[in-house]
Amino acid sequence: MSNPTDLTISSLQEGYRCGAFTPVDVLRALEERISAVDPIVGAYLSRDFDTAVAAAEKADITLPLGGVPIGIKDAINVQGESCTCASRMLEGFRSPYDATVISRLRSAGAIPFGRMNMDEFAMGSSTENSAWQKTRNPWDPARIPGGSSGGSAAAVAAREAFATLGSDTGGSIRQPASLCGVVGLKPSYGRVSRYGLVAFASSLDQIGPIARSTRDCASIMNVIAGKDARDSTSLDLPSEDFSARLGGDLKGVKLGIPKEYFVDGMDKRVRECVENAIRQCEHLGAELVEISLPHTSYAVGVYYIIATAEASANLARFDGVRYGHRAKDPKDLLDHYMRSREEGFGSEVKRRIILGTYVLSSGYYDAYYVKAQKVRTLIRRDFTDAFEKVDAIVCPTSPDPAFKIGERIDDPLRMYLADIFTIATNLAGICGISVPCGLVEDEGTSLPVGLQFLGKPLDEARLLGIADAFEREGSGDILTRSGLPA
Amino acid sequence: MNSYLLARMSSPILDVRDVARLARIELTDVEAATFQSQLGRVLEYVEQLNALDVSSVEPTAHANPVFNVLRADEPKPGLDRTSALANAPHAANNLVIVTKVIE
Repeated sequence: MSNPTDLTISSLQEGYRCGAFTPVDVLRALEERISAVDPIVGAYLSRDFDTAVAAAEKADITLPLGGVPIGIKDAINVQGESCTCASRMLEGFRSPYDATVISRLRSAGAIPFGRMNMDEFAMGSSTENSAWQKTRNPWDPARIPGGSSGGSAAAVAAREAFATLGSDTGGSIRQPASLCGVVGLKPSYGRVSRYGLVAFASSLDQIGPIARSTRDCASIMNVIAGKDARDSTSLDLPSEDFSARLGGDLKGVKLGIPKEYFVDGMDKRVRECVENAIRQCEHLGAELVEISLPHTSYAVGVYYIIATAEASANLARFDGVRYGHRAKDPKDLLDHYMRSREEGFGSEVKRRIILGTYVLSSGYYDAYYVKAQKVRTLIRRDFTDAFEKVDAIVCPTSPDPAFKIGERIDDPLRMYLADIFTIATNLAGICGISVPCGLVEDEGTSLPVGLQFLGKPLDEARLLGIADAFEREGSGDILTRSGLPA
Repeated sequence: MNSYLLARMSSPILDVRDVARLARIELTDVEAATFQSQLGRVLEYVEQLNALDVSSVEPTAHANPVFNVLRADEPKPGLDRTSALANAPHAANNLVIVTKVIE
């Protein structure tokens, strides 16, 4: 490969070390690639090339991510840059500080470069809820890239970013990674600080990497993970090398296959593709164990109560006073609030705030919210029981390949069901990763399918090892040829 | 009859306009009508949780057993005033200007 933008982070760093190119060369090549393909893909909301070049000129390539540009989901604050969460509510907002993940990336030599499109306030599964623009799937521009971190996944697939940060509340890293044919990791709850991530559902949100190899995801995890006094939910754990288990095989690994994740109504081609991939895991040495996660079918219902309840509380901060959109000439304070929020929020955000307010309201709190929290206990227990028997779980990431833009936009419930295989992970607080496992043909285009591995809480190192072992044998050329032609 | 039973009998009885007002969101007539039917379907879907008996199950608020994270109560430097006000839609004299609350 001649173009540095085709490289993974690990090959890019090899190129830096042997002097094949410099971080400034790479940023120029990246900018050229973005100019060529982003008019089609629409992954970037904005980018500040001059600031990035200034950082690249000073980059220390001996650092863990020295001179590596990384795209940032528009929900994560980077000092001095815009941070809109793809919402009119935050039009013109400039971050006064760096999120903890950003200061960690900077200390490791990485260059935050570009604001990646997303569903407004991370609410959605297709990135169609962005107030600013559509992002298109690089494999077929008529289709959605998944969401909510759709810009983050599409840019990596289109080779207009080496890696990006996304956030995952119910599948928002793994589902777009699956639909775009790249690797995306949702770390365990408490593994990565959310300080500086605009909160959606605080008991579920995690920041994680999207990249063109499992190895690259591990390198980013080595930098961003760890206790942060500014996020009291981040866990104080001994530091760990997330790359330690890469390069192995699957011998002796017990993989659980949950029967509830192979349901009627999922795309038959996706199912076949995932079943083939699971057989391949067996060839690589894994022992397959049939397991049951009996409360799986309740996960979407539980999620849309808990996540909307938390969102209605978190988004109450957007009152048009200290920051954010403010309606013109309010006649009184109530009018100020009601019109500022009406004008600032898009439809899906309003829908979810209303639903969340309802399930928390007097008379309904026990029937909906407390009930959902109790079923959450059962879902969590399903996983605890399963992990007594197996090292990790293997299943599909998404029930369907990328669907067409506009196909589900008027049917929120159908859109919510796109996350049926990813949501339980967040409710249980465990970790999960999606790696490409094949292509399916649909109306003349090839579309990627993701294989999902789920791991015990805080077992990312093993999970990455398993995903890497599969990826090297089973992802074929999806990761290297994915996206638009060179 | 308590409100819980009333809710269960006639559920889902979400009145979108009423709840939107609680959430401080003005809705157009079109939005109110669309959300009413869309959220009605979501609530119907959620009814499936009623198939489970969870009377003896403890609720889970979040995934990790972490409680009472404390730190020393010491003042530390924070955002300076200029940065804190930079994103305010109305600011003057180093203050955020709010809509009049008291006549």
